[in-house]
Amino acid sequence: MSVKRDSLSVGLAVGAAGVAFGAVAVADHFTVAQACFLSLVLFSGASQFSLVAVMSAGGSALSAIVTGTFLGGRNGLYGVRMAQILKLKGFKRALAAQLTIDESTGVAIAQSELEDQKTAFWYTGFGVYVFWNLFTLIGALGAKAIGDTSAWGLDVASPAIFCAVLFPRLKERKLLIASVLAFLWALSITELVPAGVPIISTVVIAALVGWK
Amino acid sequence: MNSQWIAVIVTSLLCYALKFIGHAIPEIWLAHPRVQRITNLIPIVLLSSLVAMQAFTVKTKFVVDHRLAGIAVALIALKAKLPFPAVVVGAMATSAIVYRLKI
Repeated sequence: MSVKRDSLSVGLAVGAAGVAFGAVAVADHFTVAQACFLSLVLFSGASQFSLVAVMSAGGSALSAIVTGTFLGGRNGLYGVRMAQILKLKGFKRALAAQLTIDESTGVAIAQSELEDQKTAFWYTGFGVYVFWNLFTLIGALGAKAIGDTSAWGLDVASPAIFCAVLFPRLKERKLLIASVLAFLWALSITELVPAGVPIISTVVIAALVGWK
Repeated sequence: MNSQWIAVIVTSLLCYALKFIGHAIPEIWLAHPRVQRITNLIPIVLLSSLVAMQAFTVKTKFVVDHRLAGIAVALIALKAKLPFPAVVVGAMATSAIVYRLKI
């Protein structure tokens, strides 16, 4: 079954990035237990990285929560789409919700047959979950052993990952404009407002650019 | 309980709630084109501002340093359509080399 094999290889490739999350979290003064908790329970890369990034930049818990939750919002939108394909109730629906992320949804909706869509969702979701958590632990323990994280490039791992996530989506003109505006806005106010505000306040840019 | 644990637990629970709500609500609620455009843009602006903060500030102060080299290599690698791991490892290696040369 190539759907299963493809799904699991996506799971392994994406899950391996968990090593960067574990390492970055520990480099930014989170504990190994906190890094693992985030991967087990939050299980959404962008939200996890942003939470750690906001707090390590001196932001409050509230601004980290707001930023992380806004970034997690798209999983809710994926959930709306996946619910129509999976048609689940009770425990299975609760489990499917936890596995609803960029990759499981992306691989699922790339299939043409309904049965393949379901298979792809579960195999990709479980694959990413297992490997993401395993590699988070490895990365977190590894970073504890490293002294100066800048000397290993860890301070640039998370922004580089964000660039990789953003890049393919910026072909659309409106998205590119919003991205550049948000980037410049955040940098221009960072010395004037409390940490975290430059990030959360860009939601206004999303509303203005997306209004029409 | 310290503020880090509070952020970790509350964000985890809220993000799970969002995932679950998505599976439980009728799609019609999000069907308005304006709502769709804005929700589509929110991750873009948040991630873009995070790149700005993480690559060009130190404790809220604007700083250009070794990280610029790493981000530049990431963008070149993305433009060249290199695979995801090559983009991230290339950026990290470049940033680390520039950082070490300065010392």
